[in-house]
Amino acid sequence: MSGSVAFISVIAVWAAGWLINIRLARSAAANTRFVRFLVPLIFGLSLLIMWELLVRLLEISPVILPAPTAIAERFSQSIPLLWADFVQTVIKGAMTGYVIGALAALIVALLADRSAFLTRGILPVGGFMAALPIVGTAPIFVKWLGSDWESKAAVVGVMVFFPILVNIVAGLRDTTAMQRDLMRTYGAGYWATLFKLRLPAAMPFIFNGLKIATTLALIGAIVAEFFGSPTVGMGFRISTSVGQLALDVVWAEIVVAAIAGSAFYGLAAWAEGRVTFWHPSQRT
Amino acid sequence: MKSLLPVLTVVGAILLFWVVSVVPMNMHLTADQAQRDGVAVTPETPAARQAYSGIGLSLRNLHLIGPTFTLDRPRLPSPHQVALELWQTTAEKKITSKRSLVYHGWVTLSATLLGFAIGTGLGILLAVGIVYNRAMDMSVMPWAIASQTIPILALAPMIIVMLGSVGIQGLFPKAIISAYLSFFPVVVGMVKGLRSPDAMQLDLLHTYHASPAQGFWKLRLPASVPYLFASLKIGISASLVGAIVAELPTGARAGFGARMLVGDQYGQPLVTWAALFAAAITAATLVGLFSLIERITLRRMGMTTA
Repeated sequence: MSGSVAFISVIAVWAAGWLINIRLARSAAANTRFVRFLVPLIFGLSLLIMWELLVRLLEISPVILPAPTAIAERFSQSIPLLWADFVQTVIKGAMTGYVIGALAALIVALLADRSAFLTRGILPVGGFMAALPIVGTAPIFVKWLGSDWESKAAVVGVMVFFPILVNIVAGLRDTTAMQRDLMRTYGAGYWATLFKLRLPAAMPFIFNGLKIATTLALIGAIVAEFFGSPTVGMGFRISTSVGQLALDVVWAEIVVAAIAGSAFYGLAAWAEGRVTFWHPSQRT
Repeated sequence: MKSLLPVLTVVGAILLFWVVSVVPMNMHLTADQAQRDGVAVTPETPAARQAYSGIGLSLRNLHLIGPTFTLDRPRLPSPHQVALELWQTTAEKKITSKRSLVYHGWVTLSATLLGFAIGTGLGILLAVGIVYNRAMDMSVMPWAIASQTIPILALAPMIIVMLGSVGIQGLFPKAIISAYLSFFPVVVGMVKGLRSPDAMQLDLLHTYHASPAQGFWKLRLPASVPYLFASLKIGISASLVGAIVAELPTGARAGFGARMLVGDQYGQPLVTWAALFAAAITAATLVGLFSLIERITLRRMGMTTA
């Protein structure tokens, strides 16, 4: 009985949300910024309401799937705990590793750039390494550097190194012979050409790598904590809370991860907009 | 083939760096072992050796450089040790043995392939929906893009527990995580691909009086193939990472992830390293396979890649 009520109400919510969205998408205002923002919002909200209804009406145990309201409640109650985990995993582990990996990639790219021979070698090898499951190095780094954030930063550094390296190396090649010749007629040497022409021209590529690496950094930091960590951190909290069947805590951590990941990506995208404002993809 | 020599040079440099690093990384362990075996070591007590860095200790004990490459439980195994361990656990063990990496590889690979097939199938269907339905495009696409910024692997342990509590275990939960990871690259790539025909081409079909179905099968779908392959190559390696990570937090008994955990917990670094390299080789093989299929398909379709 309650099962059919649940499914009917869920389908009703779905249909209502969908109808509004179809109406909005076909309306004359479909291309305004407000509607473009509203449509995905309605979609997300109807998913959340359906989730809440299903959990309540079917009386699904919170051990299997907690309701969104229960997750929100847990989230607001454990903000100090979540903040400590956030600082440990995102600020100390992911961010430090991200910066180290990016700087190392920049240095190697600039060194390799002096020789066209090395550049040709690094592009395929780097692209190949970027596709490998580097996150598997986590147990090794935890063994070498201890279980605190240093080992997480190392895993993250190695994970983000190759995508960023490949993009910088590819970007540094992205000038035309005409542009380089022009620099030569101005009497510009290697360094002047690098800083005034080639690095700026490489920026769209570099930011592409930096944006890809933001997600990798968070994944690396969280997964490395599965292999040993102090009693704080998002990966630690997720794996222990799963063991205790405290799924509302896990979901709260996932909310934190989602916010952190989007903010991190947003930051990279914002910086990209500021630096490469001249690029066609940034013009509106 | 012009890039063969540069690639070999870079690979050689990486290997050289690895071999050179083995000495300082393992020197403390080697010195302790040498002292127990009665070989002269400077300085003489383990406590005094702690004051030295790996490099400093190596310079004072040049005669111990050889043994650093052959430790049983090294901090950093040398390349030949990893290669030997790989050979022993793949070729010299029966593939049904619990210690065979082929057996563990198959456990992970089957979850990867199942998940990849599910994810790719759903991804293509969703992409078609997005391209042909404006409401779907406006509501789903922003979420698909936003989900790329979320560390989705954080969901892995929970999905496994959720499914485990409803009685689903083993292959399927891992496949779901793999599917989830390969799903979005395919959606994003296919949407881009299905939209890649330009107005001129669409107009040409109009003048031929082609139906929407013909437009899909004869123009949009073929045009999306290069994008699909680019997505498939990203998706398959993401699937493998998903399957490996899904094995970690729940203490799976078989698979590459389980081997890495076992090597970590029982202090057998060679097991971890062999599993890591086996996973890397598997990923490389899968990506290489898709590159090959891509080249053949595109050539047959008359679209040669640059």
